Amino acid sequence: MTDERAVRAEGLRRSFGTNEAVAGVDLAVEVGEIYGFLGPNGAGKSTMVRMLCTLLHPHGGTATVAGFDVVRQPEQVRLHIGVALQDAALDPKQSGTELLRLQGRLYGLSRSEIDRRIADITSLIDIGDALDHRISTYSGGMKRRLDLAAALVHNPDVLFLDEPTTGLDPVSRLRVWDEVRHLNQDLGMTVFLTTQYLEEADELAGRVGIIDRGVLVAEGTPEDLKRRIGSDLIVARVEGDTDEALRAVEGTGGVTAVELRGDEMTISVADGATTISPVAVALNGSQVQVRELTLRRPTLDDVFLELTGNRMDGDDDTDEEQAS
Amino acid sequence: MTETTPAAAVAPAPAPSPSPAGTVAQRTDGIRARKAGFVADVVSVAGRAVRSIPREPESVIPALIIPVFFFVVNIGSLQDVTERFQAGFDFKAFQLPVAIVFAVTGISRASVLVTDIQDGYFDRLSLTPIRRPALLLGLMVADFVLVVALSIPVVVLGFVVGVRFETGPLGVLAFILLAGAWGLVFTGFPYAIALKTGNPAAVNTSFVLFFPFAFLTTAFVPKEALTGWLATVATYNPVTYLLDALRSLITEGWEVTTLLKGVAAVAGVGLVSFSLCLAAFRGRIRAGA
Repeated sequence: MTDERAVRAEGLRRSFGTNEAVAGVDLAVEVGEIYGFLGPNGAGKSTMVRMLCTLLHPHGGTATVAGFDVVRQPEQVRLHIGVALQDAALDPKQSGTELLRLQGRLYGLSRSEIDRRIADITSLIDIGDALDHRISTYSGGMKRRLDLAAALVHNPDVLFLDEPTTGLDPVSRLRVWDEVRHLNQDLGMTVFLTTQYLEEADELAGRVGIIDRGVLVAEGTPEDLKRRIGSDLIVARVEGDTDEALRAVEGTGGVTAVELRGDEMTISVADGATTISPVAVALNGSQVQVRELTLRRPTLDDVFLELTGNRMDGDDDTDEEQAS
Repeated sequence: MTETTPAAAVAPAPAPSPSPAGTVAQRTDGIRARKAGFVADVVSVAGRAVRSIPREPESVIPALIIPVFFFVVNIGSLQDVTERFQAGFDFKAFQLPVAIVFAVTGISRASVLVTDIQDGYFDRLSLTPIRRPALLLGLMVADFVLVVALSIPVVVLGFVVGVRFETGPLGVLAFILLAGAWGLVFTGFPYAIALKTGNPAAVNTSFVLFFPFAFLTTAFVPKEALTGWLATVATYNPVTYLLDALRSLITEGWEVTTLLKGVAAVAGVGLVSFSLCLAAFRGRIRAGA
């Protein structure tokens, strides 16, 4: 029962009607780690978080958080976790201070402890003067920061952040990233973060799990995952006889894989700098017109595409799934 | 099961990365979450709910206007008729309990609960180690505070127009508490709807329940004057016995049997409304089960 891991799930599943939102997920998050749980809308991320946070009963499998079973010991789990849910869950009629104080009281903290925690948190998360104003007057970014503060009042061991930057402007997003990094690196807090932004997982997470339609399709460090694709990618947009172009490129030295989707040819190569010229020559010698030729590092989006056959932002297959 | 072993297991790993000693000390300054205790939980939830009342006066002011309006209008239109009909009948004393019942029936924080559910704040509260029943009981405590607060100006109005209590100051207290208890048990209905549906419009429909309870009874004329189906319905309407009990405190003195019937009527409604409410509450907090 005393699991040394911060989060462990085994065969965790949950359905809504006939839709299996989480279809048997195994994962383990080490203490002190930032784990990024990446997937498109409706992939099952929020359902997973709600089960780990004791808000939702799993239909199968087991999970422990901070060493406690989420089904048999939910109260112990709650004492050790902080949670910021997808939409900042706040009460607009209270002021920020009132909300944080209430939060502190419900976690059994004394008045002086609450004072100390609010001082600590406000030095960490920039809420500024707004704390004494009604939450209804806050901007979206402010609400997210207050929500994060509310998740931290009781000094939790494991912090769950469900899409912490969805809907935020780029500046606010960078601020949240800094805060998350600080919580993890300087305060040793374990962070379980869900996101649909590849760069967010890439930027923050030590390890990433990729979920698609309720199934964990890959797991590893962002670098590991990207390495699956090859070191570099050459992307060519072409018009004309693409089959011939495909054959021409496949025969080029240094090319490890070529994939064609529509007019977009994705060419995995070991060394982009030395291979882009031969590839350009090969394309030039075939019956296609090259509209665009770019060299880039693989992203998690490429990993996702490779694993699932869909782009992260592709909405053709995800729309019909219930957003969980 | 002790909580120390697993807690220790997830204590921050010693310096996961080079970090200033000061900030690590900040993290380990010993402030840990613990259960606050049931009473403390109820007080916390009630405190927040009470604070929210003056911030939405629009939800309280009608509750004060309606009873005062009916009290004044009923006295103006019916006092002469009823008092002529029955010698020694004090229509103002007869109407004051009706005004109180109008003031306290249907007042609840159920709309706040629905908003909390919709905003996800109910989830945030559920994520704390709070004892689950405190989430609801705290709101009800706030409701009780509010209905008592609403009763006071109505009683004062009664005094102003010349109503006097046979049972004295203690009777006034009993009057307010019994009315408050009625207001409290009635909150079970809107809470049940709020918890079951999570829909603000549905919660507003609970006001419809107010009409049969408040009008199909002896609200305007004594029971003897009711005839036909209304007399039958009034016999089964618990509010009839509540009004009898409240009226007895004003005009008759300490009538134990009448008072007990009133208390029993309130308790009976409470049994139904709180059962519904509890079932809906269980359903809500186990929404994932």
